Amino acid sequence: MTPERSAFRAFVDETVAPRADEFERDERIPDDVYKAVGAHGWWGAVVPASAGGTGFDMRTLAALHEEIGRGCSSLRSLLTVHTMGAYALYRWGSAAAREQWLPDVVTGAARMAFCLTEPQAGSDATMVATTATPDGSDFVLDGVKRWITGGQVADLFLVFARTPRGPAAFLVDARNPGVSRSPISNVLGTRASMLAEVRLTGCRVPGTALVGAAGAGMLVATGALDLGRLSVAAGSCGIIDACLDATVAHTAGRVQGGGLLRDHQLVRAKVSDMLTDLYAARELVSRAARLKDAGDPETINATWVAKYHASTAAMRAATDAVQLHGALGCADGHPVNRYFRDAKVMEIIEGSTQIQQVTIAEHAYRRVPAANASGGAR
Amino acid sequence: MSDDTRATIRQFICGRFPSVSISDTDDIFAIGVATSLFAMELVIFVENTFGFQVPNEELEMANFRSVEAIAALVARQSATVAGGTG
Ligand SMILES: Cc1cc2nc3c(=O)[nH]c(=O)nc-3n(C[C@H](O)[C@H](O)[C@H](O)COP(=O)(O)OP(=O)(O)OC[C@H]3O[C@@H](n4cnc5c(N)ncnc54)[C@H](O)[C@@H]3O)c2cc1C
Repeated sequence: MTPERSAFRAFVDETVAPRADEFERDERIPDDVYKAVGAHGWWGAVVPASAGGTGFDMRTLAALHEEIGRGCSSLRSLLTVHTMGAYALYRWGSAAAREQWLPDVVTGAARMAFCLTEPQAGSDATMVATTATPDGSDFVLDGVKRWITGGQVADLFLVFARTPRGPAAFLVDARNPGVSRSPISNVLGTRASMLAEVRLTGCRVPGTALVGAAGAGMLVATGALDLGRLSVAAGSCGIIDACLDATVAHTAGRVQGGGLLRDHQLVRAKVSDMLTDLYAARELVSRAARLKDAGDPETINATWVAKYHASTAAMRAATDAVQLHGALGCADGHPVNRYFRDAKVMEIIEGSTQIQQVTIAEHAYRRVPAANASGGAR
Repeated sequence: MSDDTRATIRQFICGRFPSVSISDTDDIFAIGVATSLFAMELVIFVENTFGFQVPNEELEMANFRSVEAIAALVARQSATVAGGTG
């Protein structure tokens, strides 16, 4: 284990995991936890040190998100969207926006949320209906964003909207009078991730709020989501690890059928699947992260593959963990009950399982000519 | 723009789509070779191969549509860098 991972692990064991069920009950991550993460510089982990961040490489970033995800998927989700926003701001934000926001974003004093999904735009982001109408040097945003992680508490939203020149991303200050938000509570999983619906009504932002260029919204979204996908893949590894810990502890102590559960072959089969899935998922995440660090374009597909495997494996592990805990696993407030519900969310966010499959298969079909590729036969 | 640049770009695209051959002016998105997800791969490739960060004003799909368009982007950025240091 690297020294960094040991530090992440110790932090989670001390500050996050013991309180995760309390966060879940309260449906919020308390300020002291935000501050504790900030004290380590982890809200700004993706931003290079030269720009005031912590400047982790992608493997270290993935290890951080795995360990946080092992303790609490809600906190990991908040870290995910903040990291995506911080990356977009650093990478494509205007000089004015970076100067205004980056110092507080890297410390977590300003919390970011990622606003792509809308009532009619989920897996298909081309359906985004929110508009950004140019008005002099400003833009005026109108639309509704739904299922926004951290939306209840965010200070800064990264919002995707249509402009006359195509899709674009904007930074929207939560104090803007054109912003209103309503909490979404009692969600199946990641219950402490403070989801909200965010409404933009005549929301005027300066031209410097544009992230990237008008028409480049899909590129900004793809870049940010690629990072988010790595984070969710890593967080899913954390869920598998937590399921494994809980399962071996429980089955090593529970006597049924004349012996400890751990001595039953059928129990061992499930435990061995969990461990194998954990190692495989970690390797895929590590490969995707390594390719990112190396600037290899294959990282995009590697990240889809890692997220697909890790999230589906997390669902399998959580299902088996609940099964092997019996009624205890169904009990309100038991961690494996939470892992099970959180794992299902991992299969929906940052590209659902089906969208992963469609995309990964598309990549595989690059090996043969596209059906309508006129250049293919040449 | 040099033939070398065009060849490097062509080689990358054909490496990612082994069954396809394209001309330098083919619109890789229009002919169904590439999807919008591939655009991000192209950005990573261009930045790491030619050693510059695509500036916001150049972040347009039109700049990534063909070997020719990408080569023109590389030429503009190389000129900017050369101008900046000279
Ligand atoms: C807890 C939680 C947190 C979230 N946080 C955020 C956030 O911070 N920011 C944000 O922008 N969004 C967020 N989302 C929204 C999330 O990104 C979307 O839920 C996701 O993109 C899927 O969209 P949808 O829910 O509209 O489902 P739909 O797109 O309507 O899909 C419904 C079902 O159809 C399947 N499907 C869709 N298209 C295809 C296809 N082409 N082929 C086969 N099957 C298909 C899907 O896999 C899914 O099973 C969050 C969601 C949840 C649950």
